Amino acid sequence: MQGGRRFTWGTGAIWLLLLAFLLLLFFGLRRTQQGPVQPGAPAPQFSLTTFDGQDLDTTHMRGQVILVNFWASWCVPCEQEAAELQQAYENYKDKGVVFIGVNYVDTEPEALDYMARFDITYPNGPDLGTRISQAYRIRGVPETYIMGANGNLVEAKIGPYASLAEIQASLDRALGSTTE
Amino acid sequence: MTARPPLTLVFLAAIAAIGLSAAVSRSAQAQPPTPSDNQVNQVASQLYCPVCENVPLDVCPTQACAQWRELIREKLAAGWSDDQIKQYFVTQYGDRVLATPPAHGLNWLVYVLPPVAILVGVGILAGVLRSWRRSPVPEPAAPPSTEDPYVRQMEEELKRRERGE
Repeated sequence: MQGGRRFTWGTGAIWLLLLAFLLLLFFGLRRTQQGPVQPGAPAPQFSLTTFDGQDLDTTHMRGQVILVNFWASWCVPCEQEAAELQQAYENYKDKGVVFIGVNYVDTEPEALDYMARFDITYPNGPDLGTRISQAYRIRGVPETYIMGANGNLVEAKIGPYASLAEIQASLDRALGSTTE
Repeated sequence: MTARPPLTLVFLAAIAAIGLSAAVSRSAQAQPPTPSDNQVNQVASQLYCPVCENVPLDVCPTQACAQWRELIREKLAAGWSDDQIKQYFVTQYGDRVLATPPAHGLNWLVYVLPPVAILVGVGILAGVLRSWRRSPVPEPAAPPSTEDPYVRQMEEELKRRERGE
């Protein structure tokens, strides 16, 4: 037909490639814009080997409230809540609450020094390959996520807790939502 | 009067002294020298800070990066190769610490897309050039035709004037 553009397989392939590239770009951008996991959504399950060699798997902890705290030894705001988190652990460890510290991109000697400095005794381990922090889509440290007994996320705290009372209020809410 | 030690005892003591000094010097040699900043930075320049955006580890000013550079120094002192250190960082902090992403999964696109884009561009350019060559060259404008009665009349009129009629 006069004036009409001829379709060739080459042109089709180019358009297809371009479309695939734009789709990839779209999904990549959407993922980065998603932000952290929101309360109400199923919490990402993970396994972690602690600094003292203990293997933890959150899928085996169903029925318990789990507090997951992301921290690093180089993170100054993390220090603000470290002692309070340890205190909360001591207050809640016998009430069906599990505390897990996820050490985000850190070096082990400094991480262990930090734990010794704040007398942290609840399980802590490195986030190898940043798999856990990627699953939670964290933006920085500290960030704390509280998982309900049903595996759904009850609360997401971005930044440090201001006080022990704030941590305990969050845990009480999570325990309350579990018993409801 | 002092009793002279038996010759065998002297001989054994000498051997023990030589052995001890050899052991001490060997342990002194086994202590590797502390890697210099240049050696550390040579490895660090191939890695990126895991927490800052696009900052090579050798120039990163944060405390965390200083800790990682110290870690590199420790690994070098322990006799680790560059590749072993890089692999350690990947295991600990993920692929994003590498200056050049490993060619697996979607990372392949980084290596495949640029040459494909260049090839496609060259193909498009070649096609456009070929189509330019194929298009017919416009013919030069034809001289005014003498068949035109108006032109012929004009020429006749001019000739007549030249003749002085």
